[in-house]
Amino acid sequence: MQRTGFDRPGQLRYRMDVAKTETDRPTPETPLSALAPYGSSTGALRGGFRDALGMPAFVLGASYLGFGSLVRESGFSLPMGLFSTLTGWALPGQVLLMEMLSLNSALFAICLAVALTNMRLLPMTVTMVPMLRSPGRPGWQYYLAATMVAVTAWVFTMRRAPSLPAQERMPYFVGFALTVWAASMIGTLAGFLLSASVPGVVSLGLVFLNPIYFLLMFAGDLANRAKVMAMIFGALAGPSLFYLDGDWSLLIAGLGGGTLAWLIDRMLKKRRPA
Amino acid sequence: MNEMLGAWYPYFVILAGGIVTYATRGFGVLLAGRLSPDSEIFHWVGCVALALMTALIARMIIVPMGILQDAPAAARISAGLLALIAFYAARRSVLVGCAVGVAALIALTLLLHTL
Repeated sequence: MQRTGFDRPGQLRYRMDVAKTETDRPTPETPLSALAPYGSSTGALRGGFRDALGMPAFVLGASYLGFGSLVRESGFSLPMGLFSTLTGWALPGQVLLMEMLSLNSALFAICLAVALTNMRLLPMTVTMVPMLRSPGRPGWQYYLAATMVAVTAWVFTMRRAPSLPAQERMPYFVGFALTVWAASMIGTLAGFLLSASVPGVVSLGLVFLNPIYFLLMFAGDLANRAKVMAMIFGALAGPSLFYLDGDWSLLIAGLGGGTLAWLIDRMLKKRRPA
Repeated sequence: MNEMLGAWYPYFVILAGGIVTYATRGFGVLLAGRLSPDSEIFHWVGCVALALMTALIARMIIVPMGILQDAPAAARISAGLLALIAFYAARRSVLVGCAVGVAALIALTLLLHTL
């Protein structure tokens, strides 16, 4: 095992201890920001790869199992599913697109809905790019790296990057993001193939993974009043508007419910700060 | 457009969705450091995105299209609730919650169909 950048033996032991635990639980307990630099770009790339390889890659791969089976059960082909994970990698938008596509929704409605759900990637990129900047790195590299901005890689990079020298941050992010992206491709493939080979009722369960996964992701993040209201309005409007108009119901539910939640939250904030 | 592209139409829509997805990231690079992620516009965007996705989740569970229609509504809704309970009971483990939700849906569907 060859590692660079460790001048004190104590540091090396610490790293190896963490390396042992990070495969089973890389959650907030792991003090990623307390770790030492990797010493080289390739080292940082490998470091990102190692941090992603445990739980993050597993969870993302598992959530894409649901997407792969949704693709198949909606009547689309495996290349279409893989093409989606390759070109438009961001699970909420992908599930939304497949659902609306199978309902034959208007292209404009689909693109608008995908844009609105993925708009959360914009502030993530806005905050991450300054963190990745290092002198002399050509601008196009940031635009290329941006194709891989997603929640998991963002959380880990924002936590790890401050303890790394500027030139190691981009390789760390790329190593991490490429790994979870590959896991998503494998998950899409496995979900599609699995869905084709198990009994119908099990495929049903795999497709059910899509709403359940997001339900739990959102349920775990209810600290904020505006978010709670947005969820309640969305949940009420989604099914009821669907009876009125299938094509635009999600957009109306999102824009209407979200704007209402935001407005009420602002009003309450003005009266008495939350 | 649909008729013209025929079998290629889904690829066309997926690619269009991909371009839109990249645009949100690309603009992020362009605006990096010049826009505060705490600004009101991002709060609004966050609320809209969340309401849109919950609308989709609720629709998939309550009035699903396609294969999920094969599961009785009672099975879908109770499996969703069981997933939530398991999620909180297992100290917010998404994996445990998902596993319980999927298993519950399969078991309840089998049970209700044989009754």
